[in-house]
Parts: sequence; C-alpha cells; structure tokens
Amino acid sequence: MKKLMLLTSGIAFFASQMAMANDDLVAQMEDPKQWAIQTGDYKNQRYSELDQINADNVGDLQVAWTFSTGVLRGHEGSPLVIGDTMYVHTPFPNIVYALDLANEGKIIWKYEPKQDPDVIPVMCCDTVNRGVAYGDGKIFLHQADTKVVALDAKSGAVVWEVQNGDPAIGETNTATVLPIKDKVIVGISGGEFGVRGSVTAYNMADGSLAWRAYSMGPDEDILMDPEKTTHLGTPVGADSGTNTWEGDQWMIGGGTTWGWYSADLDENLMYYGTGNPSTWNPAQRPGDNRWSMTIMARDIDTGMARWVYQMTPHDEWDYDGINEMILSEQEIDGETRKLLTHFDRNGLAYTMDRVSGELLVAEKFDPVVNWTTGVDMDPESETYGRPAVVAQYSTEQNGEDVNSTGICPAALGTKDQQPAAYSPKTELMYVPTNHVCMDYEPFRVSYTAGQPYVGATLAMYPAPDSHGGMGNFIAWDNINGEIKWSIPEKFSVWSGALATAGDVVFYGTLEGHLKAIHAETGEELYKFKTPSGIIGNVMTYEHAGRQYVGILSGVGGWAGIGLAAGLTNPNDGLGAVGGYAALSDYTALGGQLTVFALPN
Amino acid sequence: MMRPASNLVFAAALASLPIAAFASNWDDQPVDPADFEDQVVISYDEDGRYYTEDDIPTYNIAEDGTVDWLTFNGFRRYHAECHVCHGPDGEGSTYAPKIKNSALHMGYYDFFDVVVNGRKNGNSVMPHFGENQNVMCYLDDIYVYLAARGMEAVPRGRPAKKEKKSDLIREAEDACMG
Repeated sequence: MKKLMLLTSGIAFFASQMAMANDDLVAQMEDPKQWAIQTGDYKNQRYSELDQINADNVGDLQVAWTFSTGVLRGHEGSPLVIGDTMYVHTPFPNIVYALDLANEGKIIWKYEPKQDPDVIPVMCCDTVNRGVAYGDGKIFLHQADTKVVALDAKSGAVVWEVQNGDPAIGETNTATVLPIKDKVIVGISGGEFGVRGSVTAYNMADGSLAWRAYSMGPDEDILMDPEKTTHLGTPVGADSGTNTWEGDQWMIGGGTTWGWYSADLDENLMYYGTGNPSTWNPAQRPGDNRWSMTIMARDIDTGMARWVYQMTPHDEWDYDGINEMILSEQEIDGETRKLLTHFDRNGLAYTMDRVSGELLVAEKFDPVVNWTTGVDMDPESETYGRPAVVAQYSTEQNGEDVNSTGICPAALGTKDQQPAAYSPKTELMYVPTNHVCMDYEPFRVSYTAGQPYVGATLAMYPAPDSHGGMGNFIAWDNINGEIKWSIPEKFSVWSGALATAGDVVFYGTLEGHLKAIHAETGEELYKFKTPSGIIGNVMTYEHAGRQYVGILSGVGGWAGIGLAAGLTNPNDGLGAVGGYAALSDYTALGGQLTVFALPN
Repeated sequence: MMRPASNLVFAAALASLPIAAFASNWDDQPVDPADFEDQVVISYDEDGRYYTEDDIPTYNIAEDGTVDWLTFNGFRRYHAECHVCHGPDGEGSTYAPKIKNSALHMGYYDFFDVVVNGRKNGNSVMPHFGENQNVMCYLDDIYVYLAARGMEAVPRGRPAKKEKKSDLIREAEDACMG
C-alpha cells in the first residue's frame, strides 16, 4: 500500500513537472521582450510585437554593443534572451555563452564541449549550428557530433546528455532542437553520407528516449498507422516506408531532418520536413522514395504521423524538403483556417490546412523555376499533389552520365534553411531566397559507411536572363500564391528574416549588411555593414525599456562554399568566366554578434 | 615507366611521408605557372593517359580546348566528392583552401597521401578517403584536373570538349569500382 502511494505521488509530481516545463517556455515566448526560441514562437512566424523601433525611426538605428564569439566559421541561428540573460552559441566547437544584459554583457558562464574534430569533415557544408533552445530552466545544445546536452540555464552545469547519432557513419547535427511539453525533439543530418533520417524525442527531465520516427523503413520505424495516417486525405497503407524503394536502398535512404520545427499545441502536432533521398543519382534508387521530401505532422506525445505530404517524389535535383513550416490563422473564402505555409527548395510555396493536411496552394515563388510546370491540384486525378516534371530538366529521364543543363533552381533551392518571417499585420510572408540555376550530371557511386555518397556533379550560376544577382528578398501572399514585391540582391539571401509590429522587416546579406525595409512596400529604410557576411537570423528583444535588434555575422555555410570565389556559367562561354561577383571581394571571415538600438 | 598497380596498395606505402604545412580557408598560396611547368609537361602517353618524365600523371589540353578523359572525369568526380569543402572549380571556400593551387604546391605524392590519410590542423580537418572507391578509383583524374586548374590550363566550369574514354581506362575503372 505504501509502495503504491509513493508510486502515484511520483506520477503526480512528474505530471506537474511536465506542465511546468511547458508553461514556463510558453510564457517566455508570449512575452515579446524575450526571444525565447530560435523560431520566435512555435509557429515559426519570427514576428515580434515590439514597435519601439518602427518604420518612421529605424533609419536612426545605431550599434549599441557587440560581442566576438571567438570562432571564425559560418554563424547560423541567433542568440536567445531569457530575462536578463542572453545565450549565444557558436559553430563547431559549439561554445555557449551566457551574457548578463544587466551588466554590459558580462560573461556569466561559458560552456565548451569536447568533440572529436573528426566530425568536422563529415559535416556537409561547413560546421554551422543553428542555436540553442530553452525550456524548464535548461539550455539545450545539440552538438555537431549529435550529442544533445542539457545545461542548467543559471550555472551552465551539465544536467544530462545523450548521444543521438553516430558521426562515424556520417550522422551529424547542425540544427537547433524543439523544446515542447515535456520533450526535446531533435533531428539529424547526413543525407550526403547515406544516413537514414529520423526525428527523436527525449524526455526533457532526464534525456531518456521517448520516441524515434524514421523517414523511411518498416511501419514500426516510421511511426505511421497504415489506416489512420493520411497522405492528401488517403490512408498511406501498409509498408509505405519501404514499398517505393528497391531492395534495401531505404536503409541508406537519406530523408534527414535538419530544418526548423514548428508545433500546434491545440492539435498536439509538431511539423517538419524531410530531406533528399540518398544518393543524388536518381537511377540508383528507382521509385518515389517515400518518405523523403515530405512534410510531416506528428503527434507530440507519441510521434505517430497524423498526415504527410510528399512534395517531390523521386527527387532528381537534391531539393531537400527540410525548410520550416510557418503556421498562421487566416481567412480563406470567408472562413478562418489553420494554415501551414512552406517554401520548398524545389521552388514551390505550399499552403496547406495544418489540421487535415489538405493542399490549398502550390505556386512558384521565383518565376525562373523551370523543372516543373506545376502541381496537380485535382483531388480526382491519379497524379493529385504531384509536380509535373519537364522532361528536358529531368536528370532521371536524361539518364546517368548525361549533363542536364539550365535547371532552375539549383540544388541549394530557391530557398534553403534561412527562415522566412510572417507578419499577421500585413498577412505577408517575407522570404529570403536564392536565384541560382544549375547543370546536373548524375553518375554511379558506391556506398561506404562514413564516406560521401553523392553521385552527381553540378555547376551553379546566377539565374540566366534575370538581374544578374544570386538572390531576392520577396514578400509572398500565401493565400493567393503570389509574389507581392521582390528586392534583387547581389548574393543569395542566407539570413533569417524578422518582421515586427513596427512595420519593419529585417534581414542580413552575404556582404554583411543588416537591412531594414518597410513591411508594406519593401522600401529600404536602413542598412549597416557588419564585420562579416551574414547567414544568421535577425532577432529582437527589449531590456530596461529599450528595444534591441541582434544579428550574428560570420560568413560560411553552403553560401561560403559556392559563392566564396564567385560562380560561373559554363554555358556562357569563356568570355563570362569570372564575370560574376565573388563573395571574397566583399567580406572576410568573422564571428560577431552586433546589437542595434535607437539613440538614447 | 613503372607505375603503381593499384592506388590502394600504393597508398599504404605513402602513409609515413612527412606532411607539409597547408593553407586553410581563403588563404591563397598563389601559383606562378612558370614555376610548375616541369611538374606537368607531358613526356609520354599510354592509352589516353598522359605522364611526365617522372611517371607522374598529367593533363593534356589540345589547342582547340579538348581535354583528356582524366581531366574531364576529374572535373566530375571533384564536384561530387570534394567541392562541398573546396568550392567549385578548386577555388576554395570560406574554410578550405584553393585546392587547385595546393595540388601543385604539394605535388602528386603529397597530394595522394593527404587524400588517402587525411590530416588535421586544429579545427581544420581534411578527411581520409582511403576507403572511398568514388575517390580512390579516380584519384589520378582528380589530381590532373586540379593541376590543370592550378596552371590555368583549363578555365573554370565544365570542360566543353573531351577525348574519348579509352578501353584501358574503362577496364581499370570497372576493376576498381567492382
């Protein structure tokens, strides 16, 4: 009897802990003075109610203070602000600093994990990290080597740690984590190493495993119910994670999960996208390769998939589907609906009903996108929801050892991970984009664990017959599927945007500018050149009555590879070689946080 | 005329060679082609492969821009295996050196050694590709392509014209890739 008492009181205690963990973070996120999660909120809106800095006065913005991270690699993500403390992370070696905002940014604590540098070359495309997360009095760091660490937010002491993957077989991490309810949900990278992607939930209290859902494999691995999990309203059926693969190819099938996650607590669903199927040579993996390239809606508690939508069946271009899902409530035909908007690498922007998984809009968000003529929107059609592939740009149809030219967008997509922002005030999405096309030649590769498993060679260049630049910053109407306005940029825009109630939208450029533009018109209101190229995300917070805007500089990532020496179009002939801008002519390596405010 | 029968066997013999200092990220060790002419000048050819008088593989670029098969294939393999760090056309990235120049500064044997065994300099790490058939079966291809790039014997981008793949090259490839 006594035993039972202890057990039940233990459960009661645990349940109250669960509620507290969640309530704490939700309260922090609802306070616009904080920046409590990388994505701004669970909806990934990256919108702030702060309006001290607004369209009328943003032109007066000044640098308030700066902080050097001490690391010279690509700096993605942003700091967090919880109360008087700012948490700043770095790329590998993944240092975390806690800075005292009440004491001129004095370092309260610093945590530097010990990681084997052998993980560095296994990371595709630089050693970026998209930042820490907060929940239940802990700071969560997901290191490059896939170790997830919970640190005491006050002291930096390690509370628990757990190893999520194995870098020896190419499993690495670049993403932040999703702290939600009593769980920390994490993803994995390594699609170019033949990793089988998964999403894993650990219990926030102690790091024990709650559930893991693979992107492909048997039903019990992918956590799908053949009857209840739906794809565009139709049950997925048995063995959906293996029956569109040949043989055991699914075991090294890719579908990694390194994007930003969002969640709807009322529906108890979390949302994310899966990456490309491995290899980049489509001939080696016949079939639709489910569930790579898929938008997933999973139950937060159990991981079971409620609905899924595969955007790019049988990928032929490396159009990872990992980009963020932005949640909004908007009116369609007089009815307020719970929406999910997703800007995919493949150049299509999707608007869906996030409760049912119904596809509402699928339109190109860059007019140069040419690999598809569009998505079949007829629910009665056999090819409902599938993109119609243009034969000329099909690397599958053209075959192995054939160079398919002039494909738009390039493999890095019309948009990569750099997150867009949504303003409920303007009902517009503000999207950092790439304006780059490619030639793509697939060929046979063999798989060796822990070695690159790519199987294609590609050349990238600015979109032909356009403005000559490699990026645009656009405002998107997600209900009508239209570009409202578009700002041409010399380089890809690789920085996450921020929208505010002050009618200002902020983003960074690869040359290093922080830019502020008008939320309605896109008119440039302010710019400042920071010490290095920007691939981080703009954030804002208020401290002691003053609004601040913060951005990490530090060029690198995918952009630092492709653009460092400039791009060339091999189809332009010799005269054009070297004719395009080289990023190294504009900026150098750095690692700095710059914080802006209005003059006192 | 003696050449290593197999790259994989050859690699083992090289493992103990000393490692030269190397540039990292955006630092350029410039190449004056005149200084490296001896390293790349063709002495003889065999079935579509070209060699220097020291039996080192080299490239052959015809007057009309036609490149030998290895240089062309090196372009393809480089952009599958190496460019995610070393950038397009061997031009370097924000964190990895301009390998088109490194290939010449290092020379064939040091280049070979580092690709096979990798090396570390603090947080700058070159992985080891010794077990990777997609690299090891085409290491000569990648080397001659990068040497041609370093000498600016081929421009950036995909070579427009190429020699045919010889039967011997095809047989060697099939044997290596299995």
